[in-house]
Amino acid sequence: MEYLQNQYFLLTLTFGVFFLARRLQKLTGWALLNPILLSIAFLIIFLKVTGIKYETYQSAGSMIDFWLKPAVVALGVPLYRQLRSIRQQIVPILVSQFVGCTVGIISVVLIAKWLGASKEVVLSLASKSVTTPIAMEVTRTLGGIPSLTAAIVVCVGILGAVVGFKVLYVGHIKHADSQGISIGTAAHAVGTSAAMQKGEMHGVYASLGLILNGILTAILAPYILQMLGF
Amino acid sequence: MFRQFAIIIGCLAVGELIVWLTNIPIPSSILGMLLLTALLQTKAIKLEWVETLSTFLTKNMGFFFVPPGVALMLYFDIIKAEFVPIVVSVVASTILVIVVTGWSHHITRIFQDKIKK
Repeated sequence: MEYLQNQYFLLTLTFGVFFLARRLQKLTGWALLNPILLSIAFLIIFLKVTGIKYETYQSAGSMIDFWLKPAVVALGVPLYRQLRSIRQQIVPILVSQFVGCTVGIISVVLIAKWLGASKEVVLSLASKSVTTPIAMEVTRTLGGIPSLTAAIVVCVGILGAVVGFKVLYVGHIKHADSQGISIGTAAHAVGTSAAMQKGEMHGVYASLGLILNGILTAILAPYILQMLGF
Repeated sequence: MFRQFAIIIGCLAVGELIVWLTNIPIPSSILGMLLLTALLQTKAIKLEWVETLSTFLTKNMGFFFVPPGVALMLYFDIIKAEFVPIVVSVVASTILVIVVTGWSHHITRIFQDKIKK
């Protein structure tokens, strides 16, 4: 059974599960069968059943999440391709980012507090909409639990990718640029990769939301929480 | 292919260097992205030099979130104890962000177009 802790075995399992989960989603067409969600659920069950520690899995998993940062860098290419259309829309972009960022932080903090969450958890939720490296840094500054934030951030991303376009449809938000920027602002890189599949325009505006909300949240979150009395 | 890796990882390395030197609270990956855009815009590098790898990375970004997501298993206790506040606040806030961002972008754009005319 010791073999199950082998790094190459754990990597094979991660690639294989994701491949099959994606197949399953394509076959059924159900948004709820999100391959990221299914893979995470399967791997957690696998680790619990076999009694393998998360730390052991993470030594293999870190080879995969290493590519998270280069992937964010690679978003520079679609950004470059759409630079002209972005310049024409600089005001709408900045306004929507400011609104999205402040509404996101204030709403999650107040609702969690009203429903009785502990202070540590509330502080860990504040940066839930932005990409993992930024979110963890913000939580560290605020005094929450950074790795709890990392896990919540992935869940928020999946939520945005799964229900995002339905919410946009119900909310009558129809233009590709408005849709993209909403998904990127609310659901960072996971949302952006879902938006990428809709088309380049969606993808670019989603990466704009991802970048700008990340920067704004890093700057504004400490002040907003101070004003809310934390 | 080696050029593709060298440029993209190189932009990230420069981003890491800037963070290390200045301590600014912006992630190295975002700085690397802005650098890559600037290099393309100033024609310092050609689009073909980075296109293959960047397409692969951006199209499959979701997969890189699987291992950090598995970390959720470490927090089952906290999540179980505060399940309702966490889930309700996160779901409500995410939906709210999608709607207000989309609407504010849409409305400001209509407003801007009217002023220009």
